[in-house]
Amino acid sequence: MMSFSLNRMLSDLKIYGRSSLRSREGFFFTLVFPIILILLFGAIFSGGGVSQATVYVQNHDAGPVGSVFISVLNSTSNNCSDSSGAGLCMRPVPADLNFSQYLSSRSASDGIVIPANFTLAYESGEKVNVTVFGNPSSTTSAVVSGIVAEVVNEFNVRGATGVHQVGIAPRTAVASNYKYIDFLVPGLIGFAALTSPMFAMVNMSSTYRRDKVFKLLSLTPLTKTEWLLSKIIWYIGTTVASFILMTAVGVYAFGAHITLNWGIGVFLLLGPFFFVSLGMLVGTVSNSPEAASVVGNLVTFPMMFLSGTFFPVSSMPKYLQTVAHVLPLYYMIDGLNNVMIYGNFGAAYFDMALLLVISVVVFALAVKFFRWRED
Amino acid sequence: MPAIEVSGLKKRYGEIQAVDGTSFKVEEGEVFSLLGPNGAGKTTTIEILEGLRDKDAGTANVLGLDPWKSGYELHRKIGVIPQGFKFLDYPTPREAVSYYADLFGKKVDPDELLKRVILEDASNVWFQNLSGGQKQKLGMALSLVNDPQVVFLDEPTTGLDPQARRAVWEVIRKLKGEGRTVMLTTHYLEEAEELADRVAIMNHGRIVAMGTTDQIESKFGSGQRMVVKGSEDLLKYLRENTKLQVEGERGEVVIFLRDKADAMAALGAIEESGADWGDLTVKRDSLEDVFLKLVGEAGTVEKGAG
Ligand SMILES: Nc1ncnc2c1ncn2[C@@H]1O[C@H](COP(=O)(O)OP(=O)(O)OP(=O)(O)O)[C@@H](O)[C@H]1O
Ligand SMILES: [Mg+2]
Repeated sequence: MMSFSLNRMLSDLKIYGRSSLRSREGFFFTLVFPIILILLFGAIFSGGGVSQATVYVQNHDAGPVGSVFISVLNSTSNNCSDSSGAGLCMRPVPADLNFSQYLSSRSASDGIVIPANFTLAYESGEKVNVTVFGNPSSTTSAVVSGIVAEVVNEFNVRGATGVHQVGIAPRTAVASNYKYIDFLVPGLIGFAALTSPMFAMVNMSSTYRRDKVFKLLSLTPLTKTEWLLSKIIWYIGTTVASFILMTAVGVYAFGAHITLNWGIGVFLLLGPFFFVSLGMLVGTVSNSPEAASVVGNLVTFPMMFLSGTFFPVSSMPKYLQTVAHVLPLYYMIDGLNNVMIYGNFGAAYFDMALLLVISVVVFALAVKFFRWRED
Repeated sequence: MPAIEVSGLKKRYGEIQAVDGTSFKVEEGEVFSLLGPNGAGKTTTIEILEGLRDKDAGTANVLGLDPWKSGYELHRKIGVIPQGFKFLDYPTPREAVSYYADLFGKKVDPDELLKRVILEDASNVWFQNLSGGQKQKLGMALSLVNDPQVVFLDEPTTGLDPQARRAVWEVIRKLKGEGRTVMLTTHYLEEAEELADRVAIMNHGRIVAMGTTDQIESKFGSGQRMVVKGSEDLLKYLRENTKLQVEGERGEVVIFLRDKADAMAALGAIEESGADWGDLTVKRDSLEDVFLKLVGEAGTVEKGAG
């Protein structure tokens, strides 16, 4: 009797999509706002491209190898007086000063420390670490770690023993080649997949009920499932659109490093699937549009900031990281990071599986609790 | 088989007994109007018949189907305008009609349908920018997309200007002309008088009067009465010299007429009295008089039979 009809779902998709494009707020929040965010955050945290940055270097080594290491480092960077050029300027720090205090007194975060036993260890073939200070959300830190890694590599190759004696001991956080913008792109795609479906569905589910639009629709052959699926498809579309825009801006304006692969597609499907269903559920269980919007905000706002949207979760304090792990958006952004940046599919499969399960559950609950008509 | 058949229908919301044992039948092709003050239970009744609400007790049957249990099947055969019809903000009437046509799997020419409800001028205006009357006409158009046998119209003309109201009336007359059954609720008595074959007056969830407007007027009204301007003398003369029931009211004499003979007797007696008289009229309780009498306390006092 009640069966699924692709035609009905598509005509519902057509009228809803058209309406959304005509609604200025809908258009703005779905496509324009995330672009503004990426431009804003991208510009703030990459300081408008790579300019000259100062790196402090402290050498505790008594022997010659430490000095050689520093001179190699220096050769990779610019002359400090050449302020026009982009690049790094290495500044020596006297060995008797406390390095951390020195950095913070200059509001600096980037530095390199050569340990006292460096020459000794290098010559005897023992393992030894160079310490790299950095801020994970800053572009220069990433560049510094990259350069140190190269120099270390060179030293290890030159070492006659062929053993990799010199290593890097990163401080504060990851010393990798990833830049802030690399994290920002997946983060904001997640942001877009969260906000526009959530706000639209919470609002729609409660106002349609108040205005008896659901009753009206219940008088047609359209089914709840067809109606909800058409919304999911629409928001998958807008999420894909914002993925394309965001990636384009990230890559062309800020030089983000992103790998395209099928895994991205999975998250672009699952994210909107989950958030459309969640928004519907929130709107359905609230009895007025006002209550729905309060509950909707309570659910949405923590996720908006704590799931790795604007900053990598790893840069947050431990207790906030714990909070992040219960937020569904975390798994979408973590998954996108895994497939777009790290190429770590093992971890991404876990994110996919988890998202799929909670999406199916929330979708089923939304369909169950959402009523076209009243008793 | 009647198109709509209701018996002993009850519906309660918490403390409020919204529908309290109503029974009625609507024949195929009939225009049936539910009249009643705010909160009488009209919308509740009609929504139960549309399958939008479940009933507490009684039976309801539309086209031989239980509206709540067989709603999905019934909805293909009925058309509905809910009270205070609203739609999505952005589609145009033409798009809305095409959407409905797709949902019902019907081939419908949107322009032709919009013409039928006299909305062709606004066929490309976003719903949110339509006037109240135009919105209502779109509701009318949507309710007709599936070529329904029974049409439920819950206050289709509330808030419309007289012209738009007449346009909607025109559409309802066409529906009747096409042999469709129409169930209409309204606050406007002249609307019911104008359109309905039969009327039911509802109050506090009960039907207090039902029938053609003539039947209701003669059953619940005070009957025909002759009113003449005249003095106390005339009143006195009539009281003393005829068997007619008469009353005086602000310089008027009211003579209650039970039949034609009464009318002749009254005229003769007035002439014979030799008293001054003028402005002779014959009146009878209108549906409005009856309505106020049946549902409003104010009505009983002011327009009482006395
Ligand atoms: N969903 C509901 N929950 C609680 N009470 C309700 C609900 N719907 C209607 N009522 C109450 O039931 C009674 C009948 O309402 P109904 O809408 O049927 O009246 P109506 O005759 O259509 O009135 P109106 O002419 O104002 O449209 C009213 O007292 C109303 O407050
Ligand atoms: Mg009503």
